[in-house]
Amino acid sequence: MVRHVIAPAKDLPAGNRIRVMIDGKPVLVLNIKGELFALSDTCPHRGASLSGGILTGHVVSETPGEYKYSRAGEILRCPWHAWEFDVRTGRSWCDPKRMRLMQLDVKIEPGASLVEGPYKTETFPVRIEDDYIVIETT
Amino acid sequence: MTLDAPVVHNLDPATGESSAVTKPNRLSIIDGDVHTAPSKLAELAPFLPQRWLEHMQTYGSRKRHGSSYEPYPKAAPRAMRRDAWPDEGGLPGSSLQLLQKQHLDHYGVDVGVMGPLGLSGQGEINLDLSAALASAINLWQLEVMAKPEPRLKASIVVPFEDAVASVREIERLGADPHIAQVFMLTRSMEPLGSRRYWPIYEAAQAYDLPVGFHVFGAGGHPYTGAGWPSYYIEEGAGHATSCQTVVTSLVMEGVFERFPKLRTVMIEGGFGWLPALTWRLDKLLDRMRDEVPHLTRRPSEYIREHIWLTTQPMEEPEQRAHLEETMEWIGWDRLLFASDYPHWDFDDPFRAFPASISDAHKRQILTANGKAVYRLG
Ligand code: FES
Repeated sequence: MVRHVIAPAKDLPAGNRIRVMIDGKPVLVLNIKGELFALSDTCPHRGASLSGGILTGHVVSETPGEYKYSRAGEILRCPWHAWEFDVRTGRSWCDPKRMRLMQLDVKIEPGASLVEGPYKTETFPVRIEDDYIVIETT
Repeated sequence: MTLDAPVVHNLDPATGESSAVTKPNRLSIIDGDVHTAPSKLAELAPFLPQRWLEHMQTYGSRKRHGSSYEPYPKAAPRAMRRDAWPDEGGLPGSSLQLLQKQHLDHYGVDVGVMGPLGLSGQGEINLDLSAALASAINLWQLEVMAKPEPRLKASIVVPFEDAVASVREIERLGADPHIAQVFMLTRSMEPLGSRRYWPIYEAAQAYDLPVGFHVFGAGGHPYTGAGWPSYYIEEGAGHATSCQTVVTSLVMEGVFERFPKLRTVMIEGGFGWLPALTWRLDKLLDRMRDEVPHLTRRPSEYIREHIWLTTQPMEEPEQRAHLEETMEWIGWDRLLFASDYPHWDFDDPFRAFPASISDAHKRQILTANGKAVYRLG
């Protein structure tokens, strides 16, 4: 298990996103209303980077003429052909069984728990008194 | 030869930096549909007579469907890829620098054929305005895009409802080495095989230029035979029927009899609709040959010889093998790659095709067919 320290938590306030490379693969980390999500940043359709996509909601209709808008801000839409992905499950709206984004385990950890290691970060020092966004991979 | 995809496919939106093609691509790529566009009218000012500049500022555009812009709101703002808006402002396709970085360099595109759709005059009710804007966008393509970036080839946008002005434009620019084709749209006032358009085909043939028929256009008719549909999604589906109208009309009116060297390219309509249409036309002709005695061959033969199609937006059947079969029916020498950059239904040259297509066929689609139809070296 490797802990990748992505960024100081304060650098990713709610409403922000960053794209990072983990083990050579692009990962998109989103802070949606204080909740963190980490998803593969390669669209399974034709490979676009999803980081340029908007966060939107889910429009559902039980019968023509009736619409419900839900899940505001939790659906990530690809900047190319507009496939939609649920940030909570990574599943695509159009083909949820076959098309999904890999999800990574992301959390905030205090610097104190990290300095003992092992962890990976190349770009900034980890300080005991700060909190950090950490992604764990096996 | 292998067809390795670049490892990362877009610019990093966080930094705006090009990820660069991490592995050199081993095929040259001819892209038959790149949408460059001036951001605003003022950018056309150097190429548009003051009289028409002021006309546009005062009265603006009015197209045959009754408004100045597309009748259906798009699935993405201005139908653009969301990652293609230049940082410095302006429309996607207006910044040569971004286009080079995000598209030409990134994928290793050797030739991109421009197909301007905005401020290009096509579909304007005022025919003089239509001709003036078409001339201006042609000079803009040459001076602002093709001369500084020779990988980009220009199209002669013609105000095709006015054949006289269209021919004038072809004669003015047809010999310029930066020109790749004559550019028309599939939605016209009359089916495009009709005689009012013949002078355009005659001039294109004389200059050995293919005529590209790009989907869209304001011909003044609703988008279906039963009026205006409710949804943009129906407009998207309807491009296939408007392409079929073009092909049927060109064949049945005898355009290819009259202009036996004419090359035509159907752009951005996909291609899955063509085999069934061809079969149907052959069958009908066998029964009603005496209605169109000017045809000396079967429709399938004219189609096979005179019509090419760009691949985007490719149909995506669940079994990708079905796509390959469809391509086989059409002919591997008839299809040429197009990306539609920077529009939202963009196709990536490395990811768009089923992996099972042989390298030889990919080479035809990505390189050889484009070279043949546009007469590139
Ligand atoms: S690449 Fe994402 S929807 Fe096509």
